[in-house]
Amino acid sequence: MATDGTPANTFEAQHLVCVRGERPVFGGVDFRVVSGQALLLKGPNGSGKSSLMRILAGLLSPAGGALTWAGEPVFDALGEHRQRLHYVGHLDGIKPAATVAEHVAFWAHLRGADQPESDALAKVGLEGLADVPGRFLSAGQRRRVSLARLVATPAPLWLLDEPTVTLDIEATARLEALIAAHRAAGGIVVVATHTDIKMEDATLLDMAGHRAGVVAVDEMTGSVRDAKTSGDEAWDQW
Amino acid sequence: MVKRTKKRAGWHFLANPARFMRFSRVIFPWVAGLSVLTIVAGLVLGLGVVPPDYQQGDAYRIMFVHVPSAWMGLFIYGVMAVSSAVGFIWRHPLADLVAKSSAPIGACFTFICLFTGSLWGEPMWGTWWVWDARLTSMLVLLFLYLGYIALHAAYQDPTKGARAAGILALVGVINLPIVKYSVNWWNTLHQPATISKIDAPSIDPTMAAPLMLMIVGFMAYYATVLIIRLRAEIASRRIRNLRLAQVGA
Amino acid sequence: MSIFLTIVRRDIGLAVRGGIGSLVAVVFFIIAVALFPLGVGPELNLLTRIAPGVLWVCALLATMLSLDSLFREDYEDGNLEQIALGVLPLEAVVLAKALAHWITTGLPLILCAPVLAVMLNMSTNGFAVLMLSLLIGTPILSLIGTVGAALTVSLRRGGVLIALLVLPLSVPVLIFGVGAVEGAIFGLGARSPLMILAAGLVAALVLAPVASAAALKMALE
Repeated sequence: MATDGTPANTFEAQHLVCVRGERPVFGGVDFRVVSGQALLLKGPNGSGKSSLMRILAGLLSPAGGALTWAGEPVFDALGEHRQRLHYVGHLDGIKPAATVAEHVAFWAHLRGADQPESDALAKVGLEGLADVPGRFLSAGQRRRVSLARLVATPAPLWLLDEPTVTLDIEATARLEALIAAHRAAGGIVVVATHTDIKMEDATLLDMAGHRAGVVAVDEMTGSVRDAKTSGDEAWDQW
Repeated sequence: MVKRTKKRAGWHFLANPARFMRFSRVIFPWVAGLSVLTIVAGLVLGLGVVPPDYQQGDAYRIMFVHVPSAWMGLFIYGVMAVSSAVGFIWRHPLADLVAKSSAPIGACFTFICLFTGSLWGEPMWGTWWVWDARLTSMLVLLFLYLGYIALHAAYQDPTKGARAAGILALVGVINLPIVKYSVNWWNTLHQPATISKIDAPSIDPTMAAPLMLMIVGFMAYYATVLIIRLRAEIASRRIRNLRLAQVGA
Repeated sequence: MSIFLTIVRRDIGLAVRGGIGSLVAVVFFIIAVALFPLGVGPELNLLTRIAPGVLWVCALLATMLSLDSLFREDYEDGNLEQIALGVLPLEAVVLAKALAHWITTGLPLILCAPVLAVMLNMSTNGFAVLMLSLLIGTPILSLIGTVGAALTVSLRRGGVLIALLVLPLSVPVLIFGVGAVEGAIFGLGARSPLMILAAGLVAALVLAPVASAAALKMALE
């Protein structure tokens, strides 16, 4: 919970359904996280962790269900939603020709900030590498540049898709500390991972339990609805 | 979910694939019959009954195929643009299928128009191809069709392919009048009016009847082929979804 | 606005740092134009006659050449999703990238054009209008190009498709661009084709970003 008395944020999903390429990925995903809490997504490959993350980031529209922030539907005000989140996906976004500092500054500009926080690089352990072009970075360093976004500009919601891949033990510990600090300040974190990451009292969402059977596929179009909320009679005649 | 249901409420009754299948089964023999009858009648009138032109002799008779084909080429691109818009705005799956299934038919009509135009050019101008304004516009239209078909086919995921190709069709339909205008302008710039247009000099009333018959026939033919293609598309989607259900997706 | 300029500056910076690679379009333009005398023969009258068309067609093809990388690199390395998650609407992002593309390809083409026009023995009273028509016309090509690039960005072999999608749409630009130059050379007046080109630029500025942004949103799903 927020310790400084600010009103708690609530990030909530109800019966989310995801279809990709006419193929239902998952259905009936529900969760509710409030300020200070963390959500941990687990599940085998192909269970839709990344697709769910993209839905939470507003990049992909769900085929059904609702996603709300503080009770307001996220997809009705996507611009506001994007302002409140950081998304770290599989791609690090590193340009061979641009320096570490330039990357972090560019990402901060995209969010409307004039400058990234000055200690952002130090927080991810990259303080000595600010002027190094991307082409010289190792995989773990690239990932840390990407993670520097989180602390370069503030945002209440962190969406981290496999953040620890390519990170060593020390960098993972740093990330865990960042997440803990973010939560202590009233932030919300959603992490998708199949490795271990230490987060106290994280809510676990196992994607393996949300596969076939929960969704009804329209045979003609491949459009999918949540079986729980069916009732569109025109489509039931087929 | 609520949002989507609201959108579906406004759909045309054919949006439902089951209704479309029933409706198309009933209507199919009629449009197929109509197209055969009118095309045969139009060809008999146009090739046999109507008198030859005093300037062009019998050569102008190719107009009875050429003009309706040009018409259909433009008309079908318009149909694709409208159904792409419907599919894009309302996520109407049958509209996407109409656009996709129409493209090869429209491309064929456009090609027939170009081919017959080229055949007509030989007796008229002594050459198989003339950069006449209309033929050039139709050539660009054929390129637009080819781009649409290629883009649709390049996507593995048919729903994404439909959306991408739909955007292209809408951009194309905005562009098409500009292309037409620019090509006409280009043509007057480079070819002062020494060459007569590739039309029959004057549409004699006796020519109008076969021309109308051919246009109706081509329309009915388009409807016939479209129904066949749509039914095939629906069946193949059904097979794909059953397959997906089989692998437990 | 400052984010808009940030993206423009960054794209130009990355293109410049890309070194010789960013000059591919200009080099292609020069080589392609140089092929025409080799193909049709060095007869000066003939070259004079075809010069405006050759220059415009080659400029069009050179613009196509660099379109594939317009969004592709940012899409494949993950920056495009960060840009899409930023404050600036995707339509404005498309405009910024089109502007950067034009500055790095269109502008150098315009600067090279007079030299190549001399080599093709083009009539000198067409030079000013040639530059002007390219100045108005090449931004349209960049804008139309964003649509093709956005529609194919998620396709692995999209580069080949772009030309097929974009070239038919570019026909009017070519016609009025060449028309303006020939109008100036033959004394028919270049005013109306240039005005039409300008109107086309306004239309492209409004419509192309909408279509491209829709295509990019789909690619980012």
